[in-house]
Amino acid sequence: MKAVKRFSAALLVLCLAACTGDSAGDDGGSAAPPAAQADIDKALQTPTKLVFWTWVPDIQKEVTLFEQKYPAIDVEVVNAGQGEPQYTKLRTALKAGSGAPDVAQIEFQYIPTFSLTKSLVDLRPYGAEALKDTFVDWTWNQVTGANGEIWGYPQDTGPMGMLYRKDIFDKHGIAVPKTWDEFAAAARKLHAADPNVYLTNLASNQNGAWMGLLWQAGAKPFTNTGPESVTVSLNDDVSKKVGSYWGGLIAEGVVSADADFTDAWYQALNRGKYATWLTAAWGPVFLTGSAKSTTGKWRAAPLPQWQSGGQEVSGNWGGSTSAVITGTKNPIAAAKFAEFLNTDPESTKKLALEQFLFPATKAVLADPAFTGQKPEFYGGQAVNQEFARISDTVDKQFQWPPFLDQAVNDWDETVGKSFADKSDTSAALDEWQKRVTDYAKNQGFKVNE
Amino acid sequence: MNTHAKSGYLFVAPFLLVFAAMLVAPLAYAAYLSLFREQLIGGTVFAGFENYTRALQDDRLMDGVLRVARFFVIQVPLMLALSLASALAIDSGLLRFAKVFRLGIFIPYAVPAVVATLMWGYLYGPDFGPFAQLAGKLGLPAPPFLSDDWMLGSMANIVTWEFVGYNMIILYAALRAVPHDLYEAAAVDGAGAWRIAWSIKIPALRPALLLCLIFSVIGSFQLFAEPQLLQRLAPSVIDSGYTPNLYAYTLAFTGQEVNYAAAVSFLLGAVIVVASYTVLFVSGRRSRS
Repeated sequence: MKAVKRFSAALLVLCLAACTGDSAGDDGGSAAPPAAQADIDKALQTPTKLVFWTWVPDIQKEVTLFEQKYPAIDVEVVNAGQGEPQYTKLRTALKAGSGAPDVAQIEFQYIPTFSLTKSLVDLRPYGAEALKDTFVDWTWNQVTGANGEIWGYPQDTGPMGMLYRKDIFDKHGIAVPKTWDEFAAAARKLHAADPNVYLTNLASNQNGAWMGLLWQAGAKPFTNTGPESVTVSLNDDVSKKVGSYWGGLIAEGVVSADADFTDAWYQALNRGKYATWLTAAWGPVFLTGSAKSTTGKWRAAPLPQWQSGGQEVSGNWGGSTSAVITGTKNPIAAAKFAEFLNTDPESTKKLALEQFLFPATKAVLADPAFTGQKPEFYGGQAVNQEFARISDTVDKQFQWPPFLDQAVNDWDETVGKSFADKSDTSAALDEWQKRVTDYAKNQGFKVNE
Repeated sequence: MNTHAKSGYLFVAPFLLVFAAMLVAPLAYAAYLSLFREQLIGGTVFAGFENYTRALQDDRLMDGVLRVARFFVIQVPLMLALSLASALAIDSGLLRFAKVFRLGIFIPYAVPAVVATLMWGYLYGPDFGPFAQLAGKLGLPAPPFLSDDWMLGSMANIVTWEFVGYNMIILYAALRAVPHDLYEAAAVDGAGAWRIAWSIKIPALRPALLLCLIFSVIGSFQLFAEPQLLQRLAPSVIDSGYTPNLYAYTLAFTGQEVNYAAAVSFLLGAVIVVASYTVLFVSGRRSRS
């Protein structure tokens, strides 16, 4: 029977994945001595082959720029899957001790997960610290480890804003909400006026958006206090405030909680079921391709705020880095490639204008060629400029847990489920806290609650 | 004698080698793994049967096992009855286009489980699925195929669709092996088609039915692809502990708890052995009586 075969295959994979020739690498505490300039020059002139895992479409264009500048180095671009599938392959390759790439695309939220397992190379010896000011401040904090290690170069980001349907707002006389209180009032008003329309959809399967909203609210769900201890605070006052706000609106029925990036969700966007999409800076381009029938009807605004009249704050959802993977035989060339890709003026500009990645460098965020774009889809509004401004308001201190997959999985089954079932979000936050702390303790962490 | 024995071993050697490398070795390795505990902090330590005691107290695992047991009790009799009915229908010789019918029922088995689930997932869709649209045209609410209450049934429907043909072929093959003189003798004795089916064909099918049943025990308890794919459509209904296999997979690949996942897999294997043995035991006793 098929299932039997499937299961033995799964077992085999299990074994492959588990064959741990765990090499006790040195702990990341002390930085390796910096590579001498002579060594760097030599490495860049020695014929070398690098493997780069990424899921950015057509990034070969930028890779070619690097190869033209350093003809001795040949970079092979491999798409090993987007997000999770790539990470699973990466872990398997790392455990097997062969087949891992030299450089890989790693999302911000996964950096602590991979640095904990010593899978990333500290880039300080290759001149990373000098590049601090090239990148937006909060992105640099995202790639910085507890002891000052630099685990990757930021490539793209997702500061959060609000895309809204101007036509729907105008039709029902709704002003763009500046605070979450105004947003809640608008949600009730709009749904009462037209029961087929919801002010927004908070996807019950989308931990990324939720974390971005927590980030904006100033929550500190995870703090990696030391290499072996972690502070988990998923049901504190801030989280409960955000949780009961959204849980309440969803239970009331004025905000929907449909799963996102599904067929039904795309249809709903096209049909005008949602009057806003609380999304990241990569959202505008994405929406342009996914909701063509609504061209010209959307506009961008910052996220509503928890405090009126205070300083505007935002969170981040998505974005990634280029990281050098442990075990590379050519760390210098790999580090210099990751650096070039994400700091070279021509390469970064191309990433923004041709691959539509939302920039992580200050230079591109200020470049009129980028900020001056006025897409017709947004009625000629300079959306990039709006999001570039929002990028500066992202809270700088947010941290990710060193076991992201588990935390997200547990969120799906507790908090996300409470949105889908319209059940008690506050209790779900407690359950999330319990599951994550249990897991962390089982994994040997010293857990502070 | 001696040379005979030697050449005998030589003949089975290719099988034994593959068997040992592809089945025995991974199983032994998984058993070995299940006795350790690898932590993100602190590395690997010998844990004895700690993973097993943890698994036996794990409510999520228990829920999953009970859920697939319920699935088995509802889905398997239904599926086997359908398979039996279609095998008998084809074998009766009374059916027109018997070959087309046979192929038609068998084709779903040739469709990969992943594709089948995606297809049904679309059909079940609460917003744009054809059932929902039909219900909408009739002014009825969309049938909640992907809701908590209906999910197991919806999944049973997919699995039935996939495997009716497969079981039918096994049963049909067994029917072809029944000597035709039995039918002739029965006809001479005045038995009609129904009587022949009831008194000759079905008893003759007992071993084949038992085989199908055992396959179904294994299949049910190892449900994986269907819930894994439907999870995307109904994330709040199907959690990572929905079926034991899904749970083991999530433990290994999401939580990186490979050792605990190995223990869970072994316990699941034990459950399947017990369930299969129970089926054999019960049916064996019945045939003796």
